[in-house]
This record gives sequence, structure tokens and C-alpha cells, in this order.
Amino acid sequence: MNGLLEIFRKELADSFNSKRFIILFLLVYMAGIATIYIAAQNIRGAVGDSTSNIFLTLFIVSGSNMPFSFPLFMSIFIPIIGIALGFDAVNSERTSGNLSRLLAQPIYRDSLINGKFLAGLTMIAILIVSVIAIVAGLGLRLIGVPPEAEEILRLFMFVIVSILYGAFWMSLAVLFSVLFRKTSTSALASISVWIFLFLFMGIIANLIAGAVFPVNQDSTVARVADYDSLYRMISRISPGTLYAESIQAILVPSMGSSSPTMMMIGIYSGLMPSPLPLSQSLTLVWPQLVGLVALTAVCFAVAYIKFMREEIRST
Amino acid sequence: MSDNLVIETRDLTKAYGKFTAVKGLNLRIEEGEVFGLLGPNGAGKTTTILMLMGFCEPTSGSVRIMGYDPVREPIRVKSVVGYMPEKIGFYDDMTARENLEYTGRLNGLAGSRLTARINELIDTVGLRDRADQTVGKYSHGMKQRLGIADVMIKQPKIAIFDEPTSGIDPEGTDQVLNLVRTMARQKVTVIISSHQLHHLQKVCTGVGIFSRGKIIVSGPVDKLGRDAFRKGNYNIVLPVAQLTDRVRSEISRIHGVFSIDSIADSTIVSAEEDISGEIERVVLEATGLKVQMKVEEFELEEIYMKYFEGSGI
Repeated sequence: MNGLLEIFRKELADSFNSKRFIILFLLVYMAGIATIYIAAQNIRGAVGDSTSNIFLTLFIVSGSNMPFSFPLFMSIFIPIIGIALGFDAVNSERTSGNLSRLLAQPIYRDSLINGKFLAGLTMIAILIVSVIAIVAGLGLRLIGVPPEAEEILRLFMFVIVSILYGAFWMSLAVLFSVLFRKTSTSALASISVWIFLFLFMGIIANLIAGAVFPVNQDSTVARVADYDSLYRMISRISPGTLYAESIQAILVPSMGSSSPTMMMIGIYSGLMPSPLPLSQSLTLVWPQLVGLVALTAVCFAVAYIKFMREEIRST
Repeated sequence: MSDNLVIETRDLTKAYGKFTAVKGLNLRIEEGEVFGLLGPNGAGKTTTILMLMGFCEPTSGSVRIMGYDPVREPIRVKSVVGYMPEKIGFYDDMTARENLEYTGRLNGLAGSRLTARINELIDTVGLRDRADQTVGKYSHGMKQRLGIADVMIKQPKIAIFDEPTSGIDPEGTDQVLNLVRTMARQKVTVIISSHQLHHLQKVCTGVGIFSRGKIIVSGPVDKLGRDAFRKGNYNIVLPVAQLTDRVRSEISRIHGVFSIDSIADSTIVSAEEDISGEIERVVLEATGLKVQMKVEEFELEEIYMKYFEGSGI
């Protein structure tokens, strides 16, 4: 415990005072409020005759004048927040000449990186909990339909998964802050990974799956299913996909399976899926959650080992 | 290991691939010493300091700081050792006081004890008027002084300064050196590395000269000078052009004296030991006069140049 608490406290205080996070907070709150406001205006059409999960629907509806639904918008902002919290964690201490001075104090070396990681995680949690609370509160006022108990639990899961997703991006950024000496390099590297996974992962998965299992209008259902499963397997390398799939299963209970093939079968056979209970939805997202945690753990572990073995020079 | 030996290295070696930064270093520093590490850039001074702090692992050999291994028992070592790195930095958006508070808390200090300690240190290093300004507005010399306060906050038994006077003006240098002396008076063992030899000479009780990863010579400055220039002998300078024959023969009978030469306005007595006390007694008995004399001193700079003469460094 030597020093961990002090470092955690200092890092958290720094984050709260920094302009970087004031800007991020404002941006996230504004975007959250805007999406929920639009959603409330379009909810009547989206809910239709259904009587269940009306409150949750509020979170997934988008409008013609605001193409972003709340989860989609979160999936864009969470990586930015994670990167902003982690990209200069270690290398800024080094370039400012603070690292040698700090590590000359009677603290364990890992207290520094652990304290920073925990403080960052706390910031992510505060941001996500507060934005979802604001959005939920505003949604409640706008539509006047209170959430059911299960919907509250699903929102809670949404919060947890979002924090995990943020933790992944932060640990990746912390890793880069250990690997690269310059903060500009580590920031750019983090953003590059994000853009690559966000924009190109789908294209690459499509190319590979299309090459292995070519699909056209005459393809059998089995072939389409093969293509589809390979496509998904590849795109699941991206934590963004894992996040999107979990969010879908959590916030859209009627989505029994996230696979479009299964939906197609459902449509052809005339068996439209009925909403899944929460426990079933959780079973569905369990692999994705484990994947997110594992990716986070790997990034953090590599950063940790590298940092622990490193030579601490002041120049 | 003797009781008052606070730092001891045995065959300490650090290699980076094919390049060996420190080669089989045996350093012994006793309690209360102010020990200077000298040598050209890249001679292994900083790498040695890093190994003393446990900031890098030795390739072979061992380090003991007050009996503890800096790699295996870093907390114990860092509780007693203060370290000021060459390029010291503080959190620029925090005040000097806040920076010191943070360091204090990392050392387990808190509350009124910490506040009192910080106030005392801010006075010691002469930053009272500027203590509540952000460090970003500080000059380099002020940051160095704050660095010394930062080292002193934990009340270390050993303080290590890496190039504390580089890049600051003469007045700032004096302040820094005075603070080092203050620490030495408080029985803190000080290790200080520098290129600025006359600075080291002012404060050090002993120096070690590094070259290519080794200490080629170490000891008190005056001894190093005698070894380098006088084969270890003492030259005692009397401000008298000529000695009477009687005084001359009395002095030559003192044990260890082997030559008496008159050069210009003074007479130089060469001996194997410091016999100035005895010369004073002999002269007083023979002539009834008290003679002023001094033991020849050497500039660290000359000694240093002597060792690096022709070595191409």
C-alpha cells in the first residue's frame, strides 16, 4: 500500500482540476442530453404497440435530425475519454523530471502506475455514471414512463460494460505512455489504434470473410452463415465490436441473438423472437465481457512489466 | 563491514550490451562524509548513482546502503536516502508548498508535523516569499533549492545530488553549496556528482575520480594532490627567504624531513608526514618567534587534469 493512496488522491485531484476533463465532461453531457431529447421526440414511433421496456427504448432510439443513438455516441466518446486519461500517464512524469523524484520516495514502483490506473478508472466511472444518470433523469421527465426493475438492472449493466470499455482504452493508452517517451507519440499511437479499429476492422473482416466464403444471391443459407460467423469472429478482435454487441444484448432485450443470420431465419420461419429475460441477455454477453476484461488486463500487464523493469533515468 | 560504513559497493558492474558503463566498482563511504564523484561525461557517475538508488539493476556485484540492498529492499533504502536527479522537475501547476506536501505525504508525513517541517525547510532554502507561487514560475536556481528542500523533507541519513550546480548562476551555486554544507553539519552523508571541480573542493571531504566506469583514484583532496604531485609527501611552506643554519639543522633533524629548499621568498620543507606542529615548536625554541606556515594545497582542477593528462578524454 506504500504510496498508492497518496498517488491515487493526487491523480484524481489533478483530473478534476484539469481543463482537459472539464471540456470532456461538458462535451459528453451536452451530447447525452441532445441524444435523449431527440429520442424522446421519436419514441412514440419506435415503441409502437409494445408495452415492455419503454424506458430502455429511449436509450436506443435515434431520430432523423440526430442520427446518433445514445449507445453509439457513447461508443465514440468512451475511447476518447480513456485515451485522454492514460496517454501521458507515465511519459509526462518522465519528461517533466518528476519520475525520478517520485520514485526516490519510499513507495513501491508499481504504486505509481496502479494509483494512476485506479484514479483514471474512477474518473471514467464518475463520468459514465453521471452522464447516464442525467440522461435517465431527463428521459424520465420527458416521457413520464418510469423504468421497470429489470430496466434499471439493464442500465446498471450498461454502466458496468461502458466502464470496462473505457478501462480498455485507458490501459492501452497507459501502455503507450510507458512504451513511448514523447506524449505526442503516445497520444497519436492511441488515436491511430482507435481509428484503425473503428474504421478499418469492419472492412478487413469483410474482405477476409468474403475471400474464404464468397457470398452472392444464390448462396445457401449455410454459406451465408459461415461467412457471417467468420466475419464476426474477425471483427471481435476490435473491442469496439465487443462493446457494441454487449450493449445491444443488454439494451435490446428482444434481440435474442446478435447474429443477422439468426434474425433472417427468424423472419423466414415467422418466429419473431420475444424479449429475453435479463439472465439470458447476460449469458449472451458474457464472452464479450470476458474479452474486454482480458484485453484490458493484457495491456495493463504489459505496461506494468515494462515499467517495473525499466531503468529510471532523469534524462 | 565497519560500523560507520554507510555505502559499500563490491565489484559493482553495469553493462549495456557490449558497453560497460561501470566496471567492478568498489566504493566505501563512511558516515558523515561529503563525497564527490568526479569524472568526464559518460564515465559512469550517474549510472553508479542509479544503482545506489535501485533505479537500475547491477549486472553483477552488490550494493549495500546502510546494510540494505536497493533492489531487494527499495523501501528501506529510500526511507533513508534522499536523491536529487540531474534534471529535477516539479509539478509546474502546483505551488512549491504543494509539491513539498506531496513528497512529504509519500514519506508518511501528515498534518501539523508536515506543515511545520515544510515551513522550516522553506526558510532553510530561502524560498519563503515564493513558497505559494506555482513552480512553473520558478527560475532554475530556485528549482534546485526547492529540490534540496524536497530531499531534506524525509530527514535522510544519506543525500545524493547529481549535478546540483549545473546551469545555475554563481550566487545560486553558493546557496546550493551552503545548503549541502548545512546538511553535512547535520551528520547527513552526502554524495555529490559534479563537473565543477572547484565547487566540489569547497564542500567535499573526499572525492573519487571516475574514468571509463572505474574509480581511478579516491580519497581526501589534499591526499590526492600529494599523491599526484609529491609522491605522497607533504610540503610545508614557510614565508621566510632564508633560514639560519641553526634553525635549518633543527628542522632537518625532525623525523621524516628529507629536504629543505629555499625558493624565492619562501622555504619549503618536504617531509613524509604533516610536521607543521613540530616545525612551529622548533622555530619557537630556537628563535623565540612564532612562524606562520601552511601545508601546500592543491587545486582539484590540477589533480583532475593530471589524471586525465594525455588520456584523450
